[in-house]
Amino acid sequence: MRFSESWLREWVNPPHAVQALCDQLSMAGLEVDALEPVAPACSGVAIGAVLAVEPHPDATKLRVCRVDVGEDEPLQIVCGAANVAAGQRVPVARIGAVLPGDFKIKKAKLRGVASQGMICSASELGLAERSDGIMTLPGDAPVGEDLRAWLALDDHAIELDLTPDRSDCLSVAGVAREVGVLNRLSVTAPAATPVAPTHDDGYSVQLEAPAACPRYLCRIVRDLDPSAETPLWMTERLRRSGLRPISPMVDVTNYVLLELGQPLHAFDLEKLEGPIQVRLSRSGERLALLNDEAVELDDDTLVIADSNGPVAMAGVMGGAASAVSETTCDILLESAFFAPEAIAGRARRYGLHTDSSHRFERGVDPMLQQRAIERATALLLAIAGGRPGPVVEARSEGDLPRPVSLLLRRTRIRQVLGIAPEDAQVMDILSRLGMTLEPSRNGACENRARGNSTDGKDAGEKGATENRVSDDPGAEGWQVTAPSQRFDIQREVDLIAEIGRIYGYNAIPVTHARSAAFTRAPQEMAFDLELARRTLVARGYFEAITYSFVSPEQNGWFDPSPSSAPLSLANPLSAELSVMRSSLWPGLIQVMRQNLARQQPRVRLFETGLRFLGGADNLRQAPSLAGAVVGTVLAEQWGATKCLVDFFDLKADLEAVLTQTGRLDALRLAPPASESGAHPALHPGQSAELWLGEQSIGWIGTLHPLLARRLELPNEVQLFEIDLAALGVGERPAFEPLSRFPSIRRDLAIVVPAALPFERVRQAVMASAGDLLKQLILFDQYQGDKIESDHKSLAFGLILQASSQTLTDADVDAVVQAVVERLEQELGAKLRT
Amino acid sequence: MTQRPDADPTLDLADLESAALAAVNAAADLAALDDVRVRYLGKSGLLTAQLKSLGALPKAERPAAGQRINDAKRMVQDALDARRAGLEEQRLAAQLRDERIDVTLPGRGQTPGALHPVTRAMARIERLFANAGFSIAEGPEVEDDYHNFEALNIPAHHPARAMHDTFYFPDGRLLRTHTSPVQIRVMETQPPPLRIIAPGRVYRCDSDLTHTPMFHQVEGFLVDREATFADLKGVLYDFLRNFFEQDDLKLRFRPSYFPFTEPSAEVDVQCVKCGGRGCRVCKQSGWLEVLGCGMIHPEVFGQVGIDSEQWLGYAFGMGVERLAMLRYGVDDLRLYFDNDLRFLSQFA
Repeated sequence: MRFSESWLREWVNPPHAVQALCDQLSMAGLEVDALEPVAPACSGVAIGAVLAVEPHPDATKLRVCRVDVGEDEPLQIVCGAANVAAGQRVPVARIGAVLPGDFKIKKAKLRGVASQGMICSASELGLAERSDGIMTLPGDAPVGEDLRAWLALDDHAIELDLTPDRSDCLSVAGVAREVGVLNRLSVTAPAATPVAPTHDDGYSVQLEAPAACPRYLCRIVRDLDPSAETPLWMTERLRRSGLRPISPMVDVTNYVLLELGQPLHAFDLEKLEGPIQVRLSRSGERLALLNDEAVELDDDTLVIADSNGPVAMAGVMGGAASAVSETTCDILLESAFFAPEAIAGRARRYGLHTDSSHRFERGVDPMLQQRAIERATALLLAIAGGRPGPVVEARSEGDLPRPVSLLLRRTRIRQVLGIAPEDAQVMDILSRLGMTLEPSRNGACENRARGNSTDGKDAGEKGATENRVSDDPGAEGWQVTAPSQRFDIQREVDLIAEIGRIYGYNAIPVTHARSAAFTRAPQEMAFDLELARRTLVARGYFEAITYSFVSPEQNGWFDPSPSSAPLSLANPLSAELSVMRSSLWPGLIQVMRQNLARQQPRVRLFETGLRFLGGADNLRQAPSLAGAVVGTVLAEQWGATKCLVDFFDLKADLEAVLTQTGRLDALRLAPPASESGAHPALHPGQSAELWLGEQSIGWIGTLHPLLARRLELPNEVQLFEIDLAALGVGERPAFEPLSRFPSIRRDLAIVVPAALPFERVRQAVMASAGDLLKQLILFDQYQGDKIESDHKSLAFGLILQASSQTLTDADVDAVVQAVVERLEQELGAKLRT
Repeated sequence: MTQRPDADPTLDLADLESAALAAVNAAADLAALDDVRVRYLGKSGLLTAQLKSLGALPKAERPAAGQRINDAKRMVQDALDARRAGLEEQRLAAQLRDERIDVTLPGRGQTPGALHPVTRAMARIERLFANAGFSIAEGPEVEDDYHNFEALNIPAHHPARAMHDTFYFPDGRLLRTHTSPVQIRVMETQPPPLRIIAPGRVYRCDSDLTHTPMFHQVEGFLVDREATFADLKGVLYDFLRNFFEQDDLKLRFRPSYFPFTEPSAEVDVQCVKCGGRGCRVCKQSGWLEVLGCGMIHPEVFGQVGIDSEQWLGYAFGMGVERLAMLRYGVDDLRLYFDNDLRFLSQFA
């Protein structure tokens, strides 16, 4: 909603400067989005009368004008505009004038002829975006007067960003009403006397969808002058409200829309045939709209139709065929009330949004139609003459919105707002807002009758018994009826909100209530994502946040279960952002690539967030944690060997994250057993499915070389991804007594086939060493010419300790022997000597 | 080499003593000093040998001679001790000198990364509300129309829907446009009283200089026997003043509209950049809009079967990116999702 300050002040004129007025509106919930001058600064522009126009002696396109600007001598001005003519009133920038853009007017010679100023176009004055030739002013414009003053250009355009509930303020009248309430001022509306008809032609109207349109007014106006022009005062008001002047008929309907908030429509009477029917469209009907678009209607759109079919989409936009044109003399003027439910969503469905639909879907005052059509008629007659007919009203009384009577309980005000205003204040606020109040003693029953509240009992008075509602002092208050334009007042709490609004939110105290709510703390061993994040950060990772939607192609490359189709958006921003991610890797890989391209050779990233697994039918939104690293283990530094990250660096990071579960001993890395079991994005020989106990929790591995090549990434990108929900609840630490006896270490080196996983060795050692084994430390793995080919040497230390005695050599030897025997027998290991 | 001790009693004790003291002083290191000790005070040292020769003296002279010898021995021992202490001090000084390092060299090892600034701000918000007794709840991001709109008193065709540019799936589900559906999901499953905050990702089908299609919100709400707009102001004053660590931070509550609260307000804080004088960040207004709030609408309570005559509640919601921008001075929203390491590393 945009309007000019001067227009508003004509209705109500509070003693505040414009900025203070805007602050007041914002603080009352009518947020001022913009406050700007209606015209850019300029000076030295006067109204001039063109006395004579002669051709320039040396230039065919230039003219030499003599212009009276109220000084002793007329000015000689050279003008290039084709439309300049003797007898015109025009804006003249005199020598010394400064036009918008700091354009100074100086004495000049154009092709040898002196020019003492400039005749201006509207765009040169900042009053139009584009203009064709100079601006002409009305014939009664006073010669010599300052243009700015005469046009009252020291005015401001105020733009309100209104919330959808405040449709009552989508007009100058509505804003003025609000300003009046805020400042305790009366509001002056322009005189609205009904226009007496000068002929008897009515028009037949049939309300076929009375719930959607319970009131339809129209009136024939004949013999309008199609050559009439909209007066400057009106075009200026329209312009300052952000509307472009078009023709008197359109301008008047727009003006009344802005002034009163009632959308109007003018049909070309000659193009209508038969009675007006206000009805729902029939599926497949077509309508060519004013905006040159043709729409095919569904069966749920309210239309205005004549005997040939729809002529307008009711409350949204008129049809092209029945639109007024440059030659229209006779019109049918429409002023109707369309129910918000009948209009809401319709414009959007057809990709339309108009000033009219904007108002109707939020709610137009159902009592406004008569006043608006009279106002429009009066304006129209003043501009373009014409003979008005009688106003025809079709009405379905029972379908018109009825004023709701609401019970407002005094105690409820305190319960909701935390303030207890005096009765007089409550009554003052509500009556200023146009509401009618009656004291109520047993209104709880009435409120209940309307089904608004389930119980008349006052929540604050816990002692009250349920059936004594009529005696309940909490029910004392008022029965309140809101004015017809306030569609937003539907419940008691809406009245309370209004009291709070006018009382002033900032006047409401700041209090601290004790709450009965108990804080539910997370379980101690629930996975602590915050701790996991900080663990990774301490290990050199940066947290990334990437979009949850990715390109289908990339998603496919990284999808752990590509068999189910990913969840695709119906209206993505672009194909690149069209499917919900099945993995966090595509996003992280993208970030990695961008950073590598920005000369960051070492990239360590993680992200947490949902993955969308199982497709549309079995969707699981899985909270996940993923990492992606490439580059050296350590940032480049002195005294440390440069070493690229590999699988085992990442595995250590992952183990660090999982340590908090207390179940690291249950973590198992299962290399893919076959090609089909492999992860499509990972190197089949350098990857593993992660298991925690019996639960698969994710994957770890090196990016598949094929993908690395496709994505132009180095070969050693390492990735992990875990499903946080699969981690379950961890194991709480349980104390074990500390041994008072020394531990003993024995080192062993064995040779086993190269393909034998260390895990097998570990299990064999654990199984054979018994309780005395406290720790197994692998300290070397060797493959090379010192041992037979296809074999590897594993060197490890066994830390042994007993809880009740110092171990003897014999104890230790027995354990070592058992271990060696088991390794030899079960795994064919040879002790290396 | 030590000489065989000479038992010659005629050997002059004073000479021996001064020779010993000279040798002590001449010893260049601890090993040489030990040689001196052995030569003079060892089991067979020259001074020790003097005592053995006492027997050759007349009985009456023995005590005096013995006393003299012991005095000489003590004198030499003291000199030895002093010299040893000196030499040890020298050795330590040399060690310390030799082991000197350049402490200005950079530290070695892993260098920490950083949390994303949005997470950092969100963690702070969560902590502040945890202090006020709020528990954290989460909800799905792929949501149904009921929880995202209907239950929040935003029926189909409600004009408020136009303000939510919603991403839809072909089956009618959608990406949640705000974290408010978590309110509904919690109230559906947990009985009041409730004190919850719900942080998370939200989505709007919009992308330009000041909008990204995904961003983060924190929703908070309380349902209790008593809860007033004045209490809501109390919670938000506490939160915002703590978040910006400014005890006198000014707030203002502007009436606004959300279908799921009544009354509703938008909350502005005095510009944290210019202190309210007016600057580019606050567009010269001196105020910054930071969150929306209100009293939970009876219609919302009705949807989840909570009796609005028995229970009252308030709710509030804030954009995390916006708060992080104000807190850390980030001036371009899109930087958050660029994940440039040069950006991320500033929040370590």
